[in-house]
Amino acid sequence: MSKSETSIEIRNLYKIFGPDPKAWVDPVRRGMSKEELGNSHGHILGLNDINISMPAGKIQVIMGLSGSGKSTLIRHINRLIEPTAGSIVIDGRNILEMSEDELREFRRRGTAMVFQKFALLPHRTVMDNVTFGLEVRGIDKAKSREGAMRWIERVGLKGFETRYPSELSGGMQQRVGLARALNNDTSILLMDEAYSALDPLIRTDMQTMLLDLQKELGKTIVFITHDLDEALRLGDNVVILRDGSIVQQGDSQEILLRPADDYIQRFVKDVNRGRYIKIDRIMEPLNGTEAGSLPRLALGTPLEIAVKELSDTSSSAAVVTGAGGRPVGIVSQRSIMAAL
Amino acid sequence: MDWLLNFPQLDAGFLLNTKRFIDGSLKALTRGYGQSIEEFFYPLLQVLTFFEQVMIRAPWPLVIIAFAAIAWYAARRWTEVAAVVLTLVLIGLMGLWKETMMTISLVLSATIFSIAVGIPLGIVMNRYKRVGAAMKGVLDVMQTMPPFVYLIPVVMLLGIGRVPGFIAVVVYAVPPIIRLTDLGIRLVDKEVLEAADAFGCSRSQKLWKVQMPLAIPTVMAGINQTIMMALGMVVIASMIGVQGLGLSVLQAINNQYFTQGIFSGFAIVGIAIIFDRISQAYGRRLQQHRGTTHE
Repeated sequence: MSKSETSIEIRNLYKIFGPDPKAWVDPVRRGMSKEELGNSHGHILGLNDINISMPAGKIQVIMGLSGSGKSTLIRHINRLIEPTAGSIVIDGRNILEMSEDELREFRRRGTAMVFQKFALLPHRTVMDNVTFGLEVRGIDKAKSREGAMRWIERVGLKGFETRYPSELSGGMQQRVGLARALNNDTSILLMDEAYSALDPLIRTDMQTMLLDLQKELGKTIVFITHDLDEALRLGDNVVILRDGSIVQQGDSQEILLRPADDYIQRFVKDVNRGRYIKIDRIMEPLNGTEAGSLPRLALGTPLEIAVKELSDTSSSAAVVTGAGGRPVGIVSQRSIMAAL
Repeated sequence: MDWLLNFPQLDAGFLLNTKRFIDGSLKALTRGYGQSIEEFFYPLLQVLTFFEQVMIRAPWPLVIIAFAAIAWYAARRWTEVAAVVLTLVLIGLMGLWKETMMTISLVLSATIFSIAVGIPLGIVMNRYKRVGAAMKGVLDVMQTMPPFVYLIPVVMLLGIGRVPGFIAVVVYAVPPIIRLTDLGIRLVDKEVLEAADAFGCSRSQKLWKVQMPLAIPTVMAGINQTIMMALGMVVIASMIGVQGLGLSVLQAINNQYFTQGIFSGFAIVGIAIIFDRISQAYGRRLQQHRGTTHE
């Protein structure tokens, strides 16, 4: 399967809930706050001027606490929620201008979604749930069974095809949800807090499975979560939302090393930084340092591994090597400690 | 103080004229179109008669086996089957077999017709909110109106017999199935509906692949209520010439035959139990994978 070439461009997106949302877009653009809009005018500001470019074939994480608008945002991408203003361009088409029929086609072939509470069809077996998307497209069940079977095996549910969702545990149900989405073979995968309802251990398993799958599939994945660890682990790129506005976006390194404000600082405080920050970010130029005797670390090594390596060899610095073992920089124990 | 104690009603002459006018028009309608109305309903009469004849003429062991088979299919439990067979045998021993078959035939045909009309109406009620609100008003009236009142226009237009009886029973029994179809569709989990939308279901795909299958347990409860109401109405409908157990009860009242009344009453209870057991057990079996996610 080839990598997805579908990118998602969200531009100046606003969502206001209330009896007359359109009327309040301009005041909000001019800077009216969420509180003022809510308290004095009875409208709720759901999303405020959202701009995100989601690159093709990557995992884009959108993180925020409840009420931050993250679930509202992901529902704009397949237009389960209509925006008040703005544009979302996917494959060169503004999906907000699609007619009802075009939108249905786009949902059938362009996107697949995994839900927080699984949202499986309780009256259908695992197999019939997984083939649901193709059935809606009008593809014969007999034909789609074979492909569906592959996905059921891939998510580790072989032997459960004829069971009903109510007979499965939460983790297994979400595997069905994932298989159902993957079976549609879409370039975009939307995951709305897909793992939030699962136990921590199962959640880690599912994250690993998603990362493995992504290595093969290279889909454009939008992943919603309220868990920073999950965001940092999965996200090639992370957007942090608060009260409907973007507070910061960037890769995990940037968010950990340069949190945009106190709000994010508070989140970041409890995270195991050593696991997510890579030595690339803190290495210094070689400047002709004698590198011969120092230990070597490859680019992309997380700090916690680097620390272990340094203390094992009891040296105060290491040479960072790039492709082919060529030295590209140097990291010192001191700079690692500072970053941690 | 006279005006305080007597309600200031409309002029007596005016009221009289209004009543006369409405009754007169209805009578004129009957006189003018009675023949064609009857002709219109003639096929229905034939169906009802045919159905009744089948039930009466079928050999009794066959009827009992048929009911036992239906009970087994619905419930998959021997206790249910045994209860059904025992009830039918007792009714037969009491000498009420023929009347019971007539009643069952009317109740079943009225129920089938009510389902055929009620489920589509329930879907319409759910989909078009305005129409739904209007229908709700009509259903409220239908359910609170004393059932005897239905009999009057039906009798005026169609006289007495099977067809007017059937119509009165259907009118009385159809509201629950309409309401519960609407309710069942409304109760479908929002998340599941969202998933259906996200996968690009059209309206009709959503209705037939998601909403209706998940509404079925609720619809079954509606069917159960419809059957019970039809059974209740059968006794009243005997006043306009519907034969069967209802007539037997009516005769008992008129002639003060206490025992005949009690026996026929128990036979009706027996049928009610059979229908109730079968439809409830079937509903429960359907519920298995459709209700809440964790039983």
